[in-house]
Amino acid sequence: MLTAEQAWDVLARVADPEIPVISVTELGIVREVRAESEAVEVVVTPTYSGCPATEAIERSIVDALREAGAADVRVQTRLAPAWTTDWIAPEAKEKLRRYGIAPPGAVADARALQPIGFVPRVDCPLCGSRNTERLSAFGATACKALYRCRDCREPFEHFKPI
Amino acid sequence: MTTTATAADAAHLDYVLRIADSALILGQRLAEWCGHGPVIEEDIALTNTALDLIGQARLLLTHAGHLEGKGRGEDALAFLRAEPEYRSLTICELPNEDFGRTCLRNCLFAAFQMQLWQALASSSDAQLAAIAGKSIKEARYHLQHASDWTVRLGDGTEESHGRMQRALDYLWPYTAEFFSPTATDQQAEAAGIGPAGSSLAAAWEESVVPVLEVATLKVPARTPFLSRGKEGRHSEHMGHLLAEMQYLQRAHPGGTW
Repeated sequence: MLTAEQAWDVLARVADPEIPVISVTELGIVREVRAESEAVEVVVTPTYSGCPATEAIERSIVDALREAGAADVRVQTRLAPAWTTDWIAPEAKEKLRRYGIAPPGAVADARALQPIGFVPRVDCPLCGSRNTERLSAFGATACKALYRCRDCREPFEHFKPI
Repeated sequence: MTTTATAADAAHLDYVLRIADSALILGQRLAEWCGHGPVIEEDIALTNTALDLIGQARLLLTHAGHLEGKGRGEDALAFLRAEPEYRSLTICELPNEDFGRTCLRNCLFAAFQMQLWQALASSSDAQLAAIAGKSIKEARYHLQHASDWTVRLGDGTEESHGRMQRALDYLWPYTAEFFSPTATDQQAEAAGIGPAGSSLAAAWEESVVPVLEVATLKVPARTPFLSRGKEGRHSEHMGHLLAEMQYLQRAHPGGTW
């Protein structure tokens, strides 16, 4: 049997399958945890509609809570309000940077920009240079874009604000 | 249940299926680019867009299945219907042709989706509003990517400009279907479920025409041509697309990964 607080602690150790340096709670997708006698219910707000990691995340949540002693784990999906990168914890953004992924800026700033000729400026997470260029608007996962630093010459990924 | 309520429910389901099927069919078309993009970055961009659209379609089809109340889930609706039952806009099923035409269609369609999702955020159907709130974030990136290429290729070399103009001349007549009035549009708007296509026309043109102008493309005049995919009357391309998309579920009913 787990309390809601213990369940949150367990979830804080469940890594995102695509970006293992941050947990599902740091990613901001766990919206609510309810614990009642033997059952734990976790409310999750998915990231991208087509993100293939969504189902893997659900499985990891169920497995981790079962292992920690919850007999009955249910994952409920909540679509609204929609997930935003603004929900990623500030410490987690720093972890992303150290991992080599430029973290997302504020969503409001990205929205204010026009649809054409707009490439958001992103600092290089490796050397800190502001002199970078976008190679591709989409990356190896739906949530990222591919950039290159013109100073240290390293390619890097940017977690897009959404 | 009164006859009016039945008709309103049918229109509601039809309205959701149109949005779902348009995302599904364009997602299927874009997936054809997997492994065939001109460069790997664009291969990834088009297939990521496909993945978002198929994700949207899954949520919408699941919702449509609930509305229908006959126990059909997303897979049954996606893979086991016959051609006239699909309510997708005809523009979504047209062949990709080259990379330029693919990007131009994405631009025209994403701009339409942006208007639609925005209006649907205040839908009386809470689930549809929730899906819209999520999907608009994705559509914004699709539109940026496609607009960027529309400008680059339109205002590019003689060859790329010529191809983009031909692509626009080909695609433009199909965009009339976004806005054509039907009984479903009328009923959905009256019930507060979502906008009739016609009420999105002005805002769509305002968002798309400036991009085409920057791309140095000439916007064709409107003609009486009207495609009717959203009413289940599809082009000759749809059957071929469905044959490929449905093959696995038809050959191995109930098969899962």
